[in-house]
Amino acid sequence: MVRITRAIDFSASLRYVRPELSDDDNAALFGSRARHHGHNYRLEVTLRGEPDPVIGMVLNLKDLQQILDVEIMARFDHRDLNLDTPYFEKDPPTPENFARVIRRILIAALPDGMLDRIRLQQDADLWVDVVEPEP
Amino acid sequence: MIELTRRYRFPAAHILSQPSFSAEKNLATYGKCANPNGHGHNYQVEVTVTGPIDERTGRILSPDLLDRIFEERVESRFARRLLNDDEAFRDRVPTTENIALVIHETLADEVAKRSSAEVIRVKIVETRHNSCISGAIA
Repeated sequence: MVRITRAIDFSASLRYVRPELSDDDNAALFGSRARHHGHNYRLEVTLRGEPDPVIGMVLNLKDLQQILDVEIMARFDHRDLNLDTPYFEKDPPTPENFARVIRRILIAALPDGMLDRIRLQQDADLWVDVVEPEP
Repeated sequence: MIELTRRYRFPAAHILSQPSFSAEKNLATYGKCANPNGHGHNYQVEVTVTGPIDERTGRILSPDLLDRIFEERVESRFARRLLNDDEAFRDRVPTTENIALVIHETLADEVAKRSSAEVIRVKIVETRHNSCISGAIA
């Protein structure tokens, strides 16, 4: 088995808010992250499997990039995570929650069992890894 | 399995010297790192935690709490100091390996005391050419 990683970069704005809380309570719970701010995210997507004997790839890198363009870039790049996407209406877009959303999207978009892990990097000094169980 | 990693940096001096060795044997063992006057590095520390996600805050561990713990337990103790002076390195040579183990133990205890997260891995990057991981690799 091999693991192959492709990385993409995108930028988005966000606020940590729980809709059932007042502005003051959100500020108390999330501090400055309750304010409108943004990040340059980096997403590393690692696939696992055997290279196809003919094309020599686990998944054609061109097709992987197409999936990442449609499923990730189009949804999140230069968007507001709270206002422009349906994923954070109830839960704050922490890197943990955002990584879980991206994992769900990619599991649905990729061939079964091919996703090995993702790394969502919020900035140079903070990232979240979601690792799939061994097959 | 979900993990959160935060990276910190601190500069420090150290001397690789085994007190039970002669000066010649230290030089033979550790080379230029045995310079008795010391040398230093910009250490990078990658701290990885796992644990249940608090569904209210959406977090495994507040990075602000981890920052405070790192500042109290590591930064204030090791930054801009000679590592050999610290009690943790009285009986252990401050190699990359031992620095990783000491910082891992220190952070693991404190994070366990103050949160429901667990420090599963500490990676020390000593220079662009060498690094060491203490703990489980995913």
